[in-house]
Amino acid sequence: MAKKLISVKVNGRVHEKAVEPRTLLVHFLREELNLTGAHIGCETSHCGACTVDVDGQSVKGCTHLAVQCDGSEVLTVEGLASLAKDGGALHAVQEGFYKEHGLQCGFCTPGMLIRAYRFLQENPNPSEAEIRAGMAGNLCRCTGYQNIVKAVQYAAAKLQQTEKVNA
Amino acid sequence: MNAPTDPKVLERKDALQGLGDSRLRKEDARFIQGKGNYVDDIKLPGMLHMDIVRSPYAHARIKSLDKSAALKVPGVIAVLTADDLKPLKLHWMPTLAGDVAAVLADGKVHFQMQEVAVVIAEDRYAAADGVEAVVVEYEELPVVIDPYAALEPGATVIREDLAGKTEGAHGKRDHPNHIFTWDAGDEAATNAAFAAAPVTVEQHLFYPRVHPCPLETCGCVASFDPVRGELVTYMTSQAPHVVRTVVSLLSGIPESKVRIVSPDIGGGFGNKVGVYPGYVCAIVASIVLGKPVKWIEDRIENISSTAFARDYHMDGEIAATPDGKILGLRVHVIADHGAFDACADPTKFPAGMFHICSGSYDIPAAYCQVKGVYTNKAPGGVAYRCSFRVTEAVYLVERMVDVLAQKLGLDKAEIRRRNFIRKEQFPYKSPFGFEYDSGDYATALEKVLTAVDYPALRAEQAARRADPNSPTLMGIGLVSFTEVVGAGPSKMCDILGVGMFDSCEIRVHPTGSAIARMGTISTGQAHATTYAQIIATELGIPSEVIQVEEGDTSTAPYGLGTYGSRSTPVAGAAIALAARKIHAKAKKIAAHLLEVGENDLDWEIDRFNVKGDPARHKTMKDICWAAYNNVPAGMEMGLEAVHYYDPPNFTYPFGIYLCVVDIDRGTGETKVRRFYALDDCGTRINPMVIEGQIHGGLTEGFAVAMGQQMPFDAQGNLQGNTLMDYFVPTFVETPHWETDHTVTPSPHHPIGAKGVAESPHVGSIPTFTSAVVDAFAHLGVTHMTMPHTSWRVWQQLQASGVAL
Repeated sequence: MAKKLISVKVNGRVHEKAVEPRTLLVHFLREELNLTGAHIGCETSHCGACTVDVDGQSVKGCTHLAVQCDGSEVLTVEGLASLAKDGGALHAVQEGFYKEHGLQCGFCTPGMLIRAYRFLQENPNPSEAEIRAGMAGNLCRCTGYQNIVKAVQYAAAKLQQTEKVNA
Repeated sequence: MNAPTDPKVLERKDALQGLGDSRLRKEDARFIQGKGNYVDDIKLPGMLHMDIVRSPYAHARIKSLDKSAALKVPGVIAVLTADDLKPLKLHWMPTLAGDVAAVLADGKVHFQMQEVAVVIAEDRYAAADGVEAVVVEYEELPVVIDPYAALEPGATVIREDLAGKTEGAHGKRDHPNHIFTWDAGDEAATNAAFAAAPVTVEQHLFYPRVHPCPLETCGCVASFDPVRGELVTYMTSQAPHVVRTVVSLLSGIPESKVRIVSPDIGGGFGNKVGVYPGYVCAIVASIVLGKPVKWIEDRIENISSTAFARDYHMDGEIAATPDGKILGLRVHVIADHGAFDACADPTKFPAGMFHICSGSYDIPAAYCQVKGVYTNKAPGGVAYRCSFRVTEAVYLVERMVDVLAQKLGLDKAEIRRRNFIRKEQFPYKSPFGFEYDSGDYATALEKVLTAVDYPALRAEQAARRADPNSPTLMGIGLVSFTEVVGAGPSKMCDILGVGMFDSCEIRVHPTGSAIARMGTISTGQAHATTYAQIIATELGIPSEVIQVEEGDTSTAPYGLGTYGSRSTPVAGAAIALAARKIHAKAKKIAAHLLEVGENDLDWEIDRFNVKGDPARHKTMKDICWAAYNNVPAGMEMGLEAVHYYDPPNFTYPFGIYLCVVDIDRGTGETKVRRFYALDDCGTRINPMVIEGQIHGGLTEGFAVAMGQQMPFDAQGNLQGNTLMDYFVPTFVETPHWETDHTVTPSPHHPIGAKGVAESPHVGSIPTFTSAVVDAFAHLGVTHMTMPHTSWRVWQQLQASGVAL
């Protein structure tokens, strides 16, 4: 199958690669770029383990072609820590998941984190019901979600606090 | 020793982050940065990809298989079939249940989605193309889906390979589709109790087939090095040492040249205990091709062909007095095991620990019988937090106690109170021969009833029932369960002949940090954190600098793996005892350094003090250093220990769960208003981690009871085998959980801890059913079959004449 040359900016770095048009974004990230944080948990676009941020939107990387991302900016879990607004080693959502025990096996975690990162920009001060609805594209088998809600609440509070300090 | 009160001593204790501390997880740093290492993250030089050609039919002969077109697909390297495995005698493989399972279909397929051939290619896209190009011609055979029909005379024979075999791994077979009949208890005494009893109840209960569906599917990277003659396989295994032994026996490669590595695993839930054909084929392909071969299944393959859970058709009976005292329990089960018996159990227990089904109650006479049956379905049975069929056992007894309460017009809390094994009866010998270690059920029940204000709930329910216009039905579910976890004593329990001990090896370094390895393997339960906490408290070394590793058979001590909530009971015990060996040596070194006798020393958190003169002391850190340069004459240098622990008994955690549901009479939709879960697992190593296990387990229970199922149509097609239909709740559906606990330590366990991780799944499922049925109890309904989906509950609303 003829390959197509694409240029994608991932976590701030431009990658030029030749890919088959049928290559899914999640395979492109995992196989071509070795960014293996994003995972694959289904083939019907339900689980959201492959969630990455493409041009400011949460996207399921298994339901997106790599060639569609030519010229796009992609953020994966590996790039999240560098976006910490308070100069810390971790982004607020990562810190929240750690502090609130929002992960066990860790397989859904990269997708959850990337979704939470975008969700908290869409809705900086969400209610519990809004968090549950806003994160509903991401399945978890370990946590029962309750601590993930707490983790997102932790991150929301932390981001607001950081914003106040920066302002 | 009394708990320390001196603030400086307390500060040292806190610094350890040891036993009982809700310390944050050591695993998290890598997972929250995408630096975990799961099987599909692994890339090896020259690695090829394998994909599987699967059967579209549930039961059919393979008339022909043509791989020529597949071999022409760009990137395809090889196509292997049963004929390629035959010379190696690997077209069939042994199972944990003592049966055999086809690796690649040998002339006939036994269930839909069964493995027929494998394609090896340069990448997964080419492998998928290759699978499409393999042409297989089938001749359909009659299909057997109903296990009762399977046992009828003249039923279609599923396992032609067993023709003439009247004896299976578990005794006599009286029909070609009969696998085993196993029983426990005293049948004569039980029949006598029933004959004499003033009250008897009976109920048929079906526990539907469901699937553990871990978010990461099964997979492996097999790498045979033809130069060294060594096989390394990274795989999603919950029991890598057992797999190494099995692979060595089957391949003829010495165990010392087989290395199985379970890296980070994205959830197991019992799905990753056994060996699947995919692993075997990847290993064979790697041996044949001399290159690493990766196999990663997709979700539909995972749900369709790997270990399912449950599928027990149970007939329960209780004999009792009119005031609700239970006199006898009798149970007959038809167990649907699919086409091959690959049910993961200790070898002597083909129905697992189902005979724990006398529950939390002092029942004088009991008998149970389980009959296993072949059908045209995928193998499995034991998985999904079942603790070896304890899910089914607890569901059975808890449902039956509700049925009895209903018949006698007794409150369901009161009937439990009247039958509980009392605190002073422990250790309690059950009518099935289990010796329950410890428990205090009555106290826990009262705690829960008070917390939810049970009388007020019943009053509200009565008012609602009195109002014919109430748009909802209200149900209250209550379950008081006893678990059995920590398999197990080697006299009773073995996996393929290996006693079910577990192990730990701790090595303390000169500068006071340590590395520890165990024979278990975490799939998210935080062993790296909690195991370090046990050692921290035993040795006075901060858990932060105790590095825990599992899963690599070349480095970790031999163990039986993680399932059946056995890690804390078995490996947890081995850890404490290995640490105590080190502690004893450390004390000798301390006495030598302080020039006193061992009896003159007191242990305090992280140091040995000279009695009456704590200013004279040696810290564990001092001792670590001394162990490498100044030990008593004749003592071996270094500071390390190994312990293999053969448990004297199981541990028996328990719980009291209460659930309130509101059912919409117009739609049949059930809303969980409240779920309160009290668990008692003895000494609590890390309350934060326990809480997380409970939340996850309750959510699974919610999924099983309220939505999950694996229906087959008359042709044997599995329906709903993707996330399009297979119910996995999101944030939105999942209820808010309330948790509570009491502490009743296990007297025989070195730190008093019991397992817990499966309790929430085991206990919650009958709680949901209890609540849903209770909503209809005033209408005479005694039982409703799971899943309690809107459609099914609406049918009950219709049948009971209360649909709006």
